[in-house]
Amino acid sequence: MKKVQPLIFELSSPGRKGYTLPALDVPDVPIEKLVPEGELRTVPADLPEVSEVDIVRHYTKLSQLNHGVDIGFYPLGSCTMKYSPKVNEQVSRLPGFAFAHPYQPEKVSQGALQLMYEMEQYLAEIGGVKRVSLQPAAGAHGEYTGLLIIKAYHLKNGQKRHKVLIPDSAHGTNPASSVMAGFEIVNVKSDERGGVDLEDLKRVMTEDVAALMLTNPNTLGLFDENIHRIAAIVHSKGGLLYYDGANANAIMGWSRPADAGFDVVHFNLHKTFSTPHGGGGPGSGPVGVVEHLVPFLPTPTVDYDGKKYFLNYDHPDSIGKVKGYYGNFGVIVKAYTYIRALGPDGLKKASEDAVLNANYIMRNILGYYDLQYNRHCKHEFVAAPFRIMKDTGVKTLDIAKRLLDHGVHPPTVYFPLIVHEALMIEPTETESKESLDYFINALNAIAKEAYENSEIAKTAPHETVVGRLDEAGAVRKFNPRWRREA
Amino acid sequence: MYPKSFFYTKTHEYVKVEGKTGYIGLTHFAQDQLGDIVFAELPEVGRELKQGETFGVVESVKAVSDCYSPVSGKVIKVNQAVIDTPETLNKDPHGEGWMVAVEIADKGELGNLMTGDEYEAFPKEPH
Amino acid sequence: MLRSIGVKSIEELFADIPKEVFFTRRLNLPGAMSELELQKHLGSLAARNANAATHVCFLGGGTYDHFIPAVVDHVISRSEFYTAYTPYQPEVSQAVLQTIYEYQTLICELTGMDVSNASMYDGASAVAEAAIMARATTGRNKILISKSVHPEYRQTLTTYNTGLEMEVVEIPFKNGATDLDAVKTALDDKTAGVIVQSPNFFGVIETPRALVDPVHAAGALLVVIADPISLGLLEAPGTYGADIVMGEGQALGNPMSYGGPHLGFFATREKMARRMAGRIVGATVDNRGQRGFVLTLQTREQHIRREKATSNICSNEALNALAAGVYLTTMGKQGIKEVAELCVKKAHYAARKIEATGKFKLAFDAPFFKEFTVKGNACPCKVSDELLKHNILGGLDVGHWYPELQGHLSFAVTEKRSKQEIDELASVLEGVQ
Repeated sequence: MKKVQPLIFELSSPGRKGYTLPALDVPDVPIEKLVPEGELRTVPADLPEVSEVDIVRHYTKLSQLNHGVDIGFYPLGSCTMKYSPKVNEQVSRLPGFAFAHPYQPEKVSQGALQLMYEMEQYLAEIGGVKRVSLQPAAGAHGEYTGLLIIKAYHLKNGQKRHKVLIPDSAHGTNPASSVMAGFEIVNVKSDERGGVDLEDLKRVMTEDVAALMLTNPNTLGLFDENIHRIAAIVHSKGGLLYYDGANANAIMGWSRPADAGFDVVHFNLHKTFSTPHGGGGPGSGPVGVVEHLVPFLPTPTVDYDGKKYFLNYDHPDSIGKVKGYYGNFGVIVKAYTYIRALGPDGLKKASEDAVLNANYIMRNILGYYDLQYNRHCKHEFVAAPFRIMKDTGVKTLDIAKRLLDHGVHPPTVYFPLIVHEALMIEPTETESKESLDYFINALNAIAKEAYENSEIAKTAPHETVVGRLDEAGAVRKFNPRWRREA
Repeated sequence: MYPKSFFYTKTHEYVKVEGKTGYIGLTHFAQDQLGDIVFAELPEVGRELKQGETFGVVESVKAVSDCYSPVSGKVIKVNQAVIDTPETLNKDPHGEGWMVAVEIADKGELGNLMTGDEYEAFPKEPH
Repeated sequence: MLRSIGVKSIEELFADIPKEVFFTRRLNLPGAMSELELQKHLGSLAARNANAATHVCFLGGGTYDHFIPAVVDHVISRSEFYTAYTPYQPEVSQAVLQTIYEYQTLICELTGMDVSNASMYDGASAVAEAAIMARATTGRNKILISKSVHPEYRQTLTTYNTGLEMEVVEIPFKNGATDLDAVKTALDDKTAGVIVQSPNFFGVIETPRALVDPVHAAGALLVVIADPISLGLLEAPGTYGADIVMGEGQALGNPMSYGGPHLGFFATREKMARRMAGRIVGATVDNRGQRGFVLTLQTREQHIRREKATSNICSNEALNALAAGVYLTTMGKQGIKEVAELCVKKAHYAARKIEATGKFKLAFDAPFFKEFTVKGNACPCKVSDELLKHNILGGLDVGHWYPELQGHLSFAVTEKRSKQEIDELASVLEGVQ
């Protein structure tokens, strides 16, 4: 029976130890002779004192309270919760990868450098770009890096452009990254087909606009049929086109962003390329660019001189560094292994199946759920319970919480903002038909139940270890850490 | 529901005029839309506000909303009760839940606002 | 399935891609590999890298070869932890949320602070976030940062600053530590924050506490970049008055991994919590009266605040933070102190042995923790090559980043380095021409 667990601090008992260390083997010198006494801690850090068995039981029992891709369906829109192959985990732990120091000599790091060099080439091919930096640690980090590259490019051409265009359906990181990069945001409306409204774009596209940020397919799961026209409008005023790769799982081998006119492309290795989500990270957000933007990439790049791989710091126009060292190498190893496992046909099939699965779910819930845009979707779609809400008062939040009772993680809710009460569903290609059917049946059953007895959904979840949590209370009575009672 | 003597903005703030002072807050509709309010950021005493300018921010768990001043004037008082207990904005938006008091610069500006009857009839779209 | 969708072929689902952008050829990538072939291929790539299992590592510079107890990898290998997403649906994410709450508590204990976030990418990017927070808190636009701070952290701040457009002033160091008088002279009413690191890039233990009063008198924030292992022994910056304590957390139970993924830890005082970026987990109750955990103060973050967010950060280093939490829990109150003491004593032994060779001298007459800088006549690349022949990785060429410090090398000595390894290091260094 799953139960709420105590905090590790509540299991602590003075004197217990969970570790062993070898005894000091060099001549002992009192600490006060090595470190000025005034710099020493006055009060020890109040860390727990627990034995190893208590530690293992604590984390093991606690872990059972969590959902994960390895446990069940996780259809979060724009997150691409696909299965993480275990061989990726295994190889990332090889000592030659896990225990390499970033400053060790390059001549004894050729395996790591070759992996990064090849990874760059694979991503460049998938995106249609010239070169890729593996340095950004996450998608938002990649966006930020891409925007700084765009800024540097315009400045090098003697232009200080102040604005970035962002569609009203965009993920929150897009405007946040733009502001951090020093830009002002201008919203671009969507049209009735769910794509960028070309007339609105023409109106807002000026020579003060540095870039338009797009994800394609967008957060509605719709591929913009005007993408080449959009690129032409932006380029005609000297602007650049930025591709947010969050939804790249829909198009691998079917369409390449740079071919459509994108100048800067970022990928989320923890989405499209299967690296595990880790409870929120680590991710990796490589950013690729077309030829005229290559000089501005972060430094160093990984290059090959015909005989050996090396870190190239000779980039006078580089934007510099966005983090220490070269990138989230351990994550890159997993994504590299995934690409080598699938090969070109496997990647294309992954996108194909992702699109198939999403459309399958979409068409089979239309009995109860509504679509704002009635088109074939790509790897994800947005539905809303308009009829259910009107007739029963049951809202998206309630449906999400009731899904938990069915053992399914809810889809993304209340995003994108342009669809009221949105349910954003992305199954990914690694779900079987049985898994999809289970989800379809659950969604339809919840809808039916709402008409019969709406209270059940409104007070859900009922079967989880904790019920609805007081989130307002968590803000008003802010409690971000445990404190020992005096 | 909405006090007839108050004046209202299209963005769902009100001002209650008492002599030269205007007590500014959010209407019942605004707090209902936001849900449980958990935090309110209010301006400092002495700040000069202009009609239509943002004077503060309120937060619920999942949303943030800018608050726009119905009138121009200098902030002379800030309601500590709202800072300490943000739920006051939900419980009594037209009374205890006032947010700032200003010295109204130009009573003519009230002509730009809606009266109690007008606001009662004003369409309130959920967003 | 196609029938239930109402299409005859899969291509119909891709028909809305305009023909101008339809990719017609095959991706030019190597063909698919079976699991066995993958193991062989990746194995051969890994085998071509020296690493801390095949070589003795005396390299530092922000990434360290520390002992990682077996229980850490065991815990982070549980599917429920590593295949979970960000805990936006708290009812099925209590494990992730509770372990983050525990991690936040552990970081607060180490640093002497009230609130920690759930992690940032690494030490370097966390410095930039500290600058952003200092600006947001004070409303001012100038940052003073010591030149003894890790060069890659300063370089990252410079890059971020092309977007932030703050005034960044670098403060010189004197005898291996921040020139405190130079800080006091540069402080003015435009200063938002002062950023120092202790132990710094040279390994020297600085005295940030001497800056607390002048920095606060000027109305600015004091940001201390700390080595979390050192906080087992050295005073918590929160205790002596720092406003933000942050840094690189890789040393806490995370492998070196050729530079990433690492862990940016970040902590501050309760009254500044709203200005801090990154996710925060808070304790609360559920509708059955049980304690539970949720993401809180979410309105600071990009998914709600969008362009007015404290930062654009979304994905963080959650699993690395979990590893750090397991590490700190395992080492515990006694262990973290013992590790720190072993590092200090072994590092000082190593410094003495290296000086005794007559070929190198400590560059700075200043206290150090687990890393120290020496000066010698030999060219650092020759030293590195010679050590490599003996399967030793070290020393770091400090002159590469500091032109005024040519011929300076730094060595890091953790609790993993045995007397035998240290003696051999000294012996090889003695022989370098």
